[in-house]
Order: sequence, then C-alpha cells, then structure tokens
Amino acid sequence: MFRPRIIPVLLLKNLSLVKSVQFKQHKYIGDPINAVRIFNDSKADELVFLDIEASKNNALISLDFVRNVGEEANMPFAVGGGIKSVEDIRAVIGAGAEKVVINTHAARNPDFIREASETFGSSTIVVCIDVKSQLFKGQRTWIMSGSKATKFNPVEFAQMMEQQGAGELIIQSIERDGTMRGYDVEMVKSICSEVSVPVVALGGAGKTGDMEEVYRSGHANGLAAGSLFVYQGKNRGVLVNYPNKSEFAFE
Amino acid sequence: MASEIVIVDYGMGNLNSVLRVMNRMKVDCIVSSKAEDILNSEKVILPGVGHFQKAMHNLKELDLIEVLNEAALNQRKPVLGICLGMQLMTSHSEEGNCDGLGWFDAKLTKFVTSNQLKYKIPHMGWNQISIQKPSPLMKNIADKSEFYFVHSYRLRVADAGDILNETDYEEIFPSAIEKNNLFGVQYHPEKSHDAGAQLLRNFINL
Repeated sequence: MFRPRIIPVLLLKNLSLVKSVQFKQHKYIGDPINAVRIFNDSKADELVFLDIEASKNNALISLDFVRNVGEEANMPFAVGGGIKSVEDIRAVIGAGAEKVVINTHAARNPDFIREASETFGSSTIVVCIDVKSQLFKGQRTWIMSGSKATKFNPVEFAQMMEQQGAGELIIQSIERDGTMRGYDVEMVKSICSEVSVPVVALGGAGKTGDMEEVYRSGHANGLAAGSLFVYQGKNRGVLVNYPNKSEFAFE
Repeated sequence: MASEIVIVDYGMGNLNSVLRVMNRMKVDCIVSSKAEDILNSEKVILPGVGHFQKAMHNLKELDLIEVLNEAALNQRKPVLGICLGMQLMTSHSEEGNCDGLGWFDAKLTKFVTSNQLKYKIPHMGWNQISIQKPSPLMKNIADKSEFYFVHSYRLRVADAGDILNETDYEEIFPSAIEKNNLFGVQYHPEKSHDAGAQLLRNFINL
C-alpha cells in the first residue's frame, strides 16, 4: 500500500529550532539534533530543515549542521536555506542530505532549477513555493522567507518549475503558517491538478484530520507541518512529537 | 589490507548515507572507484541516484565495466545494487535508451500511471514490499515491510524466478531482484529505518 508521506518541517535560526506564526514571532523550540533522534525513534517518514535566515544573510545553511543531521537520521531528509549554485547543492548533498529545497533563487533565476535538475536528477531538487495574497493582485509567490513578493502567480510558477525539472514542490501558505487552522486546501488542489510531480502541502495543519482533508480533497502527495510536530495541547507546550502511524492510515 | 565491503563511487548521488550505515554497524567498508579495491573486496555495493545513461557513461569512463563484470560474474562476489545501482544490473533502460551491465534479463521502462493525482511520477515515498521467494537478504524482514522509494523507471523482469520483492503502485512491479550472488533493490535500505538496516546487515552477513 502506497501512502502519503507525513513530513515534519523544522525551521532553523542560528542553528536552533524555532517555530513561527505567519513567518513571524519565532519561538525557540530546542535543539535540532535532539529532534532528529525523537523522529528516528518514532520512525518519521522524512524530514525537511529550512534555515530561514540564510537567504537574508546571503549565506548557505551550515554544512556542519547538515552533516550532523546526516549522522543521526535514519530517514531521508531535505535541506533548504540560501542555495543558489550547483556547488551549493553538491556541498549540501555531499554533507548527507537526499534533497535540496530551493525558494528564493528559484524565482530569481528559474533557469537555475533546470541546471540543478540536469546535474543532480529531478528527484533531488525540491522547489518550495511560499504563497500569500497581495492586495488587488491575488495570490503571489513570495521569496526571502516571505519578505518579498514576486510577480509569479503560484499555479503558473508551479507549472514553470515542473517544466524546469523540479522533482517535487512544497506549497506553503504564509497566511496559515503556525495558525493550526487547517491547510489552504483549494490552493493545494489548484496546483496538484496542474502538475504531474509530487506536491507537498504545508502551512496550517493543526490536527491529523487536516492532513486527511488536504490528502483527500487537495490531492497532496506529501503532508507536511511544523507546529503539529513541535507543540502539544491548547497552550502549545513545546513537545517534539510524531503521531503514531495508525492515525495516518488513510490510503 | 583489503576492505570487506567496497561501495563503488562512479560519481552518481549520495554514497555517504550507505557508508554511514556501514560505519554504524562497525563494518570495514570503503568508498572507491579503483579496480584493485573492488577486486580485492569481499562484497560490492553499487549505489546511485540519477540518470541511467550518465551512470553507464561514468562506469565506462572509469574503466569499471570489466572490473564489475569480473567481480560479479567470475569472482562471484555478493553484489548489492541500490536504486540506480540495481537498474544498472539489467540489460537496458528507456532512460537515455541505453544498455546496462546485463547481469539480469530485465529492463527498465518509464513508469506510467492512470490516476495521476494519486500516483505521481516519480514514485516517491514509503511503500510495502511483498516477498516473492526465500532469501538470506530478507532474513528477519517481515512481509509487507515499508521501504523508501524514489524512481521514475520500473523494472520488467523476463524470468519470474529472479523476482525477490514486488510492490504495488497502482500496478504491481518488481521492486527487488536476486540471482545467485547478485542482489538488486529499487528502494533505499540506507534510508528505511529498521527494516532497511536489517537488509544491509543481512547483506553483510552473507
């Protein structure tokens, strides 16, 4: 039985785990390597690490950090943060990641995605599309950790990224980030219907039922979340957790 | 002194994750593209991620095709192909329309699915294997165990007796093959939690 992947997305700031609300109010969560151990024990499907400061600082995510994750992780993991050259990708993969996640540089230089996918194979190249509405313009693709809008409509951008050779797309709602009020199912659906590569939904998951909804109604192939895996209870106590897989036993 | 296991480096993909698992198991293991390392080892792992034709091209450039044939077919060392490495053990792939090493009478065709909302290509994620024949590689691995897959081309095997595992992705396809000393898995045991670690341990213990 093939089932959707359940993917914790972990945000890094100064090599610490943090969690945001609508890409702001970053709250300290803890040590990322400790989180990897917890996700090993709970047999998580896959992990994504995003350095949310890298592009702003014009830096690459720490390779030592990637190496440390690679030493621990018993599952595949993807890494993003400031990747803007083939050499960057080679370094991150060489440090142990299976896949790289590209956001800012995919919009700034779409041809980079072609170069990257031809060099490393499509399945190594993930494009993360951060989506937020802009007054009078509708939904747009944002870059630089959600601080800059681009001219790209998310559906058209997704199609373009697929044509450039991206092997997978993460579709993230900035407005829903950290709210735990459910995914933007309509947006995910509008993209899943237009591309043939796997799509991972991110932004808004507050319970496993949200994941089931974006899988069944949004046709997402991967179900990603941040808050759901680092908070527990109404008061959002910090607790890195991965629910029992039987809770996700929807085909 | 020769290493027990050599991971063949032919410039395709992430070899470190396999090496790391070996190191964790305290196995004497090296990554190498040298003929002498391969021929003097006890066992060979052929990993790899990427394009089939480019991989065969790299093996040719490195003069490794004869070396691998010698190790696999004459010295009859146990060889484990992982993902693209498994694919290279077959006779042909549609990816680049290119011939492989030809150790198995099998070929790769582009994966095609009809429900493309559910069954996207690449087949990426966790899926179950069903074990088709007894094998030392499957020792202590339960039928229907989950493994991690990433691939866009699927196996077609001429001799059903070579099929070790099958997996269902809208249609059933061979996900592992075994013949004599040769083993190939489409999935990534090095990234498949306990079942994957058990498979690699089984290979070490052959």
